[in-house]
Amino acid sequence: MIIMQGKPFEKILEMIKDVDKVFITGCSLCATSCMAGGEQQIMEMKERLEKEGKEVTGFVVLEASCNRLQVRSALKKKKEELGKAQAVLCMACGDGAQTVAGVLEDIPVYPANDTLFIGEVERIGHFSEMCRACGECELGWTAGICPVTRCAKGLLNGPCGGSRDGKCEVDRENECAWVLIYERLKKMGRLENIKEIKAPKDYSRAYNPRKIVVGCRKEG
Amino acid sequence: MGLREKLESGGFALTAEMAPPKGVNTSRFRECARGVKGRVDAVNVTDFQSAVVRISSLGAAIMLLEEGIEPVMQLTGRDRNRIAIQGELLAAGALGIKNILALTGDHPVFGDNRQAKPVFELDSVNILQIATLLMEGKDLAGNPLDGAPDFYLGASVTPLFNPLELQVLKMEKKIAAGAKFFQTQAVYDIEVLRRFREKTAHLDAKVLVGVIPLKSPGMANYMNKNVPGIFVPEGVIERLRNSENKVQEGLRIAAEFIMQAKEEKLCDGVHIMAIGAEENVPILLDMCGF
Ligand code: SF4
Ligand code: SF4
Repeated sequence: MIIMQGKPFEKILEMIKDVDKVFITGCSLCATSCMAGGEQQIMEMKERLEKEGKEVTGFVVLEASCNRLQVRSALKKKKEELGKAQAVLCMACGDGAQTVAGVLEDIPVYPANDTLFIGEVERIGHFSEMCRACGECELGWTAGICPVTRCAKGLLNGPCGGSRDGKCEVDRENECAWVLIYERLKKMGRLENIKEIKAPKDYSRAYNPRKIVVGCRKEG
Repeated sequence: MGLREKLESGGFALTAEMAPPKGVNTSRFRECARGVKGRVDAVNVTDFQSAVVRISSLGAAIMLLEEGIEPVMQLTGRDRNRIAIQGELLAAGALGIKNILALTGDHPVFGDNRQAKPVFELDSVNILQIATLLMEGKDLAGNPLDGAPDFYLGASVTPLFNPLELQVLKMEKKIAAGAKFFQTQAVYDIEVLRRFREKTAHLDAKVLVGVIPLKSPGMANYMNKNVPGIFVPEGVIERLRNSENKVQEGLRIAAEFIMQAKEEKLCDGVHIMAIGAEENVPILLDMCGF
């Protein structure tokens, strides 16, 4: 899931300081799970903006703010409220905000959230980063623990010298991914997986922006 | 005799570590370097150690060459991608720098420019791999070089690591990638060194054990708390606490440790990291009778 967090309200006010009338969009998927763009957060945002003297002309929780066709048809139904607005405040991820901006074209769209990472929902409100979309998944030999993401340095050949008592030097709250990988592989009797030298990753797989068409895999 | 010849002929090698200057005033750096000239086999220059902006290790290595001192150029993957690493290595090779110490590098979060983008495209093993390829006359992509460099490659290892098996596993990879010598994290407990020697007896590489002379009990406590891989035993801290001249006592402790490690043949040399007190290195060498 895409993990995001609301921008500080003052920053939002600063972005839309010249705007009196605003339309709000949210998203029923990641933004709702992150409690950053579901119906409840939209209602709270509406109330706070109104307190600041703004008029909220309408709102919609998009089914998937990152799906162009869905966004287009959902926003069509809100034509009237959108017509009254000078700007849209998008409470989805950066992808969702761009999709909304691309569909609306001539109304400015402002992001209400900071998009942070691809992560796991550990429990409600607790998220941790799990994947950096590197373009070539390594999990098969690492006992299902991503070294690219969960090692603070993205190391592929074992731990750095900063690992201590199983914790990472960069943030002592975090487990050292390499100790986790070692322990899990050892338990599985597969330590040989990390004995082979891994060449540096092929970053050309992650040159952005990436595009794919299902069924047409670019091999390399 | 250079570092490689010393180690390969079975000698007990001495290296000291120096941080390049922060700024273009190089007088203290040169002065400290001259202080150990002829007394150590080579001097390490760190590569933006602790992610702090300073003169690069390549620049500092050239200054050492100018002073007639053999450098060990440290090179990390923190700030450079594969293009820059290869360029840096080729420059080193062309300028006559032989010894390269490949490191992963400290994270920028520890440095003085904490907003930096960490690179870490290559880890220490990859840097060794690439240096080995360059020595064979090609770059990482397989393109031919007009003249190949000749390096003596080294890496670091932490004898006090839990789990030690994982550390040894990585050490094996570094050797397979071309490392011929290792400089270790500082060790204070001879028992740690004995255990490490036992676990690495099967490996074909030279080991220079790291020594950081202590300056105060506070420094020891700080390192115990904050520096991964370092543990100063209570007995050592007690000695410092009870001494009048703590710097002197710290040097004496270091000298005794070095002599014992040498006598028990637990290492092939020592690597002295004076961190900011480089002027004490000659005193320590005197104490050891080197
Ligand atoms: S290796 Fe890690 S970053 Fe790459 S795709 Fe797999 S989980 Fe994601
Ligand atoms: S301590 Fe472990 S997780 Fe942290 S950077 Fe080093 S190897 Fe990676």
